[in-house]
Amino acid sequence: MNETRTAVAEDIHHETYAAGAGVEHAHPGVGQYVRIALILGAITAVEVAIYYFDLNRATLIGTLLVLSSIKFFMVAAFFMHLKFDNKLFTTLFVGGLIMTALAFIAVLAMFRVFT
Amino acid sequence: MHESHALSPIEHTATGLDNRKLFMWLFLASDCFFFGSFIATYMLYRGRSLEGPYPADLYDIPFTSVSSFVLLMSSLTMVLALAAIQQGNIRQCRIWLLTTALLGMTFLGGQVFEFTEFYHAGLGLSTNLFGTSFFVLTGFHGTHVGIGVLVLLSLYFMAARGRLTQAHSLNVELAGLYWHFVDVVWIVIFTLVYLIP
Repeated sequence: MNETRTAVAEDIHHETYAAGAGVEHAHPGVGQYVRIALILGAITAVEVAIYYFDLNRATLIGTLLVLSSIKFFMVAAFFMHLKFDNKLFTTLFVGGLIMTALAFIAVLAMFRVFT
Repeated sequence: MHESHALSPIEHTATGLDNRKLFMWLFLASDCFFFGSFIATYMLYRGRSLEGPYPADLYDIPFTSVSSFVLLMSSLTMVLALAAIQQGNIRQCRIWLLTTALLGMTFLGGQVFEFTEFYHAGLGLSTNLFGTSFFVLTGFHGTHVGIGVLVLLSLYFMAARGRLTQAHSLNVELAGLYWHFVDVVWIVIFTLVYLIP
């Protein structure tokens, strides 16, 4: 049945739905997706630009890691909707990431990369 | 007032979540391990090849930057496809799905070109540690992109035949999750493999 809802009624509908377990909240609109994509593109441009700067190695690596982490989490949070979905999905994905990072560090340590 | 998107119903499962979506997230978490192992191997072998060609001899950062941008924009078109089908706009969804697939194919074309250039420059799968770790890592990523393109084209043709409706928006969402993951992995690869000296 099609319902015409006012903005207030729609908020109530969202809240009522959200009261149940594991229900999604409202997602970003088209304009916000485009803005996020533009931000991601700008960050990529900055990453490529600083590659050509004469920075010391530690600064370059640190900056690149920070920028790519921002891009990673923006895609995960907004495009993959983790920010708006049930927290169990975030737990699963972040859990996988943490275990991957630990395995990554363990492998590198095993081959004495840090010494 | 027009609804922003179709709200998901509460599922009759133990978690109240759709099992397919839960499985997709579990799969993506496991795929993190998959790529994490190849990235770790690449980092481990970095600078340890006994003979060339070496990364500095081959990498074309401007070209790969454009490829990266193409894949990044494909994530935008993918999420626009999902937004469209959640609003019941199947035609828009079809357009964005096809656009995403085309951008994915463009990225793959760039990868094929890059691999060919590297090969002609003397870098093969077994040339040195760099060749092995690079081609395995980016080759598997490219395979993931290829599978994603096939899924997207399948959804496009389903939509064209009227078999993809608003009620099937989860199918597009699941494809979208996979596609965004592939993009996120490339974000990591581009930084660690290409940009970090």
